[in-house]
Amino acid sequence: MTLADARARVPELAVADADPAADRHWLERIADACDRFTPLVEAEPPDGLVLDMSGCLHLFDGEAGLIVAVEASMQRWASELRLAMAATPEGARALARFQSVPARDEAAALRRLPVAALELDAEAERSLRRAGLKRLGDLADRPSAPLAARFGSALIDRLDRVLGRSDSRITPRRALPALMLERRFAEPIATADIAMTVIGDLSGEAATILEERRRGGRRFVARLYRSDGHVIDLSVESGLPLRDPARIQRLFEERVGALADPIDPGFGFDMIRLAVPHDEPLAAAQLALEGGEAREEVVAALIDRLSTRVGRHRVRRFMPRDSHLPEQASLALPAIELTSPAAWPEPQAGEPPLRPIHLFDPPQPVEVPDGPPQRFRWRRTLHEVARTEGPERIGAQWWRRVPDDPGLTRDYYRVEDVRGRRFWLFRHGLYGDERADPRWYVHGLFA
Amino acid sequence: MSESLRLVQRRVALIERRRSSAIPQAQSFVTSGHLAIDQVLGGGLMLGRMHEVLADRDNAGSVSGFAALLARLVGGETLWLTEEAAWRQAGALHPAGLAAIGIDPARLIIGVLPDAAAVLRAAVDGLRCPALGSVMIALMGDPRALDLTASRRLALAAETHGVTAILLRLGGQVAPNAAQTRWRVAAAPSAPMAADVPGHPAWDIELMRQRGRPDGGRWRAEWNREQGRICDWGEAGGTALSGAVVPVPVDRPAAARSPLRQAG
Repeated sequence: MTLADARARVPELAVADADPAADRHWLERIADACDRFTPLVEAEPPDGLVLDMSGCLHLFDGEAGLIVAVEASMQRWASELRLAMAATPEGARALARFQSVPARDEAAALRRLPVAALELDAEAERSLRRAGLKRLGDLADRPSAPLAARFGSALIDRLDRVLGRSDSRITPRRALPALMLERRFAEPIATADIAMTVIGDLSGEAATILEERRRGGRRFVARLYRSDGHVIDLSVESGLPLRDPARIQRLFEERVGALADPIDPGFGFDMIRLAVPHDEPLAAAQLALEGGEAREEVVAALIDRLSTRVGRHRVRRFMPRDSHLPEQASLALPAIELTSPAAWPEPQAGEPPLRPIHLFDPPQPVEVPDGPPQRFRWRRTLHEVARTEGPERIGAQWWRRVPDDPGLTRDYYRVEDVRGRRFWLFRHGLYGDERADPRWYVHGLFA
Repeated sequence: MSESLRLVQRRVALIERRRSSAIPQAQSFVTSGHLAIDQVLGGGLMLGRMHEVLADRDNAGSVSGFAALLARLVGGETLWLTEEAAWRQAGALHPAGLAAIGIDPARLIIGVLPDAAAVLRAAVDGLRCPALGSVMIALMGDPRALDLTASRRLALAAETHGVTAILLRLGGQVAPNAAQTRWRVAAAPSAPMAADVPGHPAWDIELMRQRGRPDGGRWRAEWNREQGRICDWGEAGGTALSGAVVPVPVDRPAAARSPLRQAG
């Protein structure tokens, strides 16, 4: 039916453009809300979800209680809901989408499904129906070898999965965490402060369990589930494995303090979950001889706190790299990742410093007549050169050169002007060989 | 030992040290190595205090070098905090260059923060971490967040926990604050080395103000990397020509740091 036909039949029809991205986003949000039932949720676009409830049913008073809870929480998201439970994900999907008559139990219901529930291509479905196999029960009674020969073994696999003869796992959206603790509240919590207190309690419980296992966590994720379905995620990380509840609580407080908007409880939080995605070995606390904490731990705690507050990319440490290009000779990596110091090369005795302590990215252009520079203009100031050392030739990375884009060689000069300021200038491109008009740049400042 | 007991022990140690701080102890200052400067400072640069270094904007490289070398003299790990605008304008710190003047880049933790207020807040946190050696606060101009109260907070945090604070202000105006010493540093032509090439880092240093002691004094000094100290202009290059020094291969792993020289 085209839009014009539809409009002709129902003149007051409301029309909106299809927006698959928004639909996907909506489905993801429902999947987030379903996280409160089980951590293993898979989304089946455009409009389906599969929840793996193994091991979680006892939290909901059995299957009946679960159905009541799901229907209550899905009311906000969708007006039409079809749900079904089965032993395998494909079976549950088939029942939810294709069941039309009630049955006395799961096996009978599955056998009564039409063959369309196998979701084969139209050709195979037509041939099944022409052969007189209209229901899954008919297929199940037949021997499987002739069916496989006629229709392919994919049919038999699919049939086994739907009927529950063979099992498969879903691919959940999030991996199962190493440790997960929950608190549910009959009366939703109304303020963010109480929620933080609960997170503190959960951290204490997590600390006990981690201590028994002799492990610690480097990431802690707290999820606050609002009673209207919205989920708030808070995640903190640390450089060294951690299980001290006071430190975890402080990191969460920093994270909450650094949020752009304060946490909005809405109508209240009815569940709070603390998860440790991965745990790592952590021995009992090491004490230094003079009775203080180990120095590395104290500095690591400071780095954790600052990284949580301003973002992990803003707190950095340097790592050396093996490259002759000066701008690639080192990396500034987030300090929360680097825990062991790196070794830097020592300078040669008797040599003045050959590398600047400030480096510009990108190098700043200057105007200079050719040759070892005698004067140059930078940032609107003319600098008269008193002393130079150079050139130090740093070639391009010829092994990475694209054939029609040769890299340019740089000739570096250490330059000091009459007032004592020391610069690192370079000429970009060899005069004549590589460029007719090579440009000059200042790449760094010396002490 | 429980954490609270350790905390109490540390507090008691700090109170005892403060009460007897009328007599400067061996660990409470570090010598710069320059005899005249050390004499004016009364032994050396005081640890656990805030020191301010002022400079013009176009001396960015020189004054960063000076401040970094002060941090190196103080020893321990350094937390270098700066604003993003300053990082971009004056250029990012280059660890190869720091290694070239004798500072171990592995001892630096860099924090590039959005604005001056965030820098000062992080600085107070850093000063409360007694495992650090120094906290470098590099600001440009005169940020509004840096007023007398803020500088007093920094000085108090430095003193309570024994971490040295170095406040580095590029293009800043002189303003009253709680710093123990205030320096003005400018680049100076270096003592030329063989073949008249630029040599070791050299500065014109002026001690503008010192708390509790007479201030004043101008020196032209340079950095002696082999001895790890600030020395008179022209002295550093001299050691290179004396004797047959075996050249050291460039990729030798970093050696252990020489211990702090203590006076008294």
